Amino acid sequence: MSEKMTLEDKLYLDRFKPDSESHLTVINRDFCVNECDEKPCTFICPARVYEWDEEEEIIKVAYEGCVECGTCRYGCPDNINWSNPRGGYGITYKFG
Amino acid sequence: MVEEKFDAIVIGAGPSGLAAGYTMAKAGMNVIIFERGDYPGSKNVMGGVLYRDPTEELISGFWEEAPVERYIIQQDIWVLDDDSVITMGYQDNKFAKKPYNNFTVLRAKFDRWFAKKAEEAGALLITETVVEDLIYDDKRVVGVQTGRKDGEVKADVVILAEGVNSLIGEQAGLHPKIPPEHLAVAVKEVISLPRETIEARFNLNGDEGKTIELVGKATEGMMGTAFIYTNEKSLSVGVGALLSDMVDANMNPNDLLEELKSHPTVAKLLQGGETKEYLAHLIPEGGYHAIPELYRDGLMVVGDAAMLVNGYHREGSNLAMISGKLAGETAIEAKEAGDFSMDMLSSYKEKLDDSFIMKDMYKYKDASAFFATNPHFFEIYPKLANEALHELLVVDGKPKRQKQRKILEKVKDKRSYFGIAKDLFNAWRVMR
Repeated sequence: MSEKMTLEDKLYLDRFKPDSESHLTVINRDFCVNECDEKPCTFICPARVYEWDEEEEIIKVAYEGCVECGTCRYGCPDNINWSNPRGGYGITYKFG
Repeated sequence: MVEEKFDAIVIGAGPSGLAAGYTMAKAGMNVIIFERGDYPGSKNVMGGVLYRDPTEELISGFWEEAPVERYIIQQDIWVLDDDSVITMGYQDNKFAKKPYNNFTVLRAKFDRWFAKKAEEAGALLITETVVEDLIYDDKRVVGVQTGRKDGEVKADVVILAEGVNSLIGEQAGLHPKIPPEHLAVAVKEVISLPRETIEARFNLNGDEGKTIELVGKATEGMMGTAFIYTNEKSLSVGVGALLSDMVDANMNPNDLLEELKSHPTVAKLLQGGETKEYLAHLIPEGGYHAIPELYRDGLMVVGDAAMLVNGYHREGSNLAMISGKLAGETAIEAKEAGDFSMDMLSSYKEKLDDSFIMKDMYKYKDASAFFATNPHFFEIYPKLANEALHELLVVDGKPKRQKQRKILEKVKDKRSYFGIAKDLFNAWRVMR
């Protein structure tokens, strides 16, 4: 490999068909602000879907780039509602 | 959506669901398989080693027509440190002869093929359809609710093959929400290279293949392994570690993979390659004690959804396929008896108990908990072994006895002799 690829570069290679609504929702916004210091969703997600917005004090969820592994659901202290994207939407792996 | 009632519904067209669907359809059962992706395999990821013998229990001689990548003749274990690696390998030229031992595969290609086999056997495959819940009549499972309009579908038996992220299983109370100690998160890249380059770099002829499992620095000392597998015209390069370890270490899985790819020894193998796809998946690592309820009235659970993975031998797809087959056979017996009660379906669990699946799961029942609480095996020992060899192999005028003393001091520094003896004894106890 010649030069380091960014995660964005890599995700660009994957095929996504994002639905109009998110299949990932943060259940309790206050919990993120007041009780969750580590915010594991912001680093544990392989596609870095979650980002902490310091100014707005809110977790931003870029569900369009979700690879549907489910890691956030189990890495977060029970504050993410995870459902499968509707049939036909989401990631489609070519190789697997 | 479909008026007629089926003999069996299968939720998920992965290795376990397809094995169940194929088995039942072949016996003449009226089977419907639901898959949420565009096509079977489109949401599926594994390293990917597929074992020949268990797959042949379903489709004899499958490898002559199935999209397999390479047959594996050499399996390496690499113990990685920052700048060095200890390599151990086993090459068996008997594995280069038909019918081979195991293969590398890419799930999106293989599962599509396998699904076709199930369809040819008579199963109805419905893609782009999410199953959202089970339908009950009192306590008996009688069908599924899909995400489609008027999406109720009924059957005598439902086979739950939804995979590791088992939302329906959890919803039904078959198991509690899986704790992060019982899951590994794995990421991988498929990196294309010309086949001649792969063959030259990995010392292979034609369709021969090689697998490398990497420990130590490969996971930054977390419980897990990395892997490099040769495909026909690409490499599958990935790393997985316990989710709880990743959370504790504030680690991003992709960063861990990039770290691995930049290791000088690994980088040489990947040089000039072009990444084609980036993938992530969870692996159920809870082991024997974390296996959910496997059957209820009108319901059986198979594959990853049933926590059937033997991480110590990197086996999963074979446990998935055989559990699917056994559930399928149980459904056939149930149909003959006209009885889909829990009592009748309990013979699925008996079949699992009699097979290698539960025997292997039981053998390693205490291993996960042991290694999760003893990080020395993934952190200290790989490093010490590399440092010891470095000391021993550098010729610098120091007498060997002095070098040996230095090595032992280093070892003692990290872990007492008593601690090491205890680790070795305990490791033997949980792995024997």
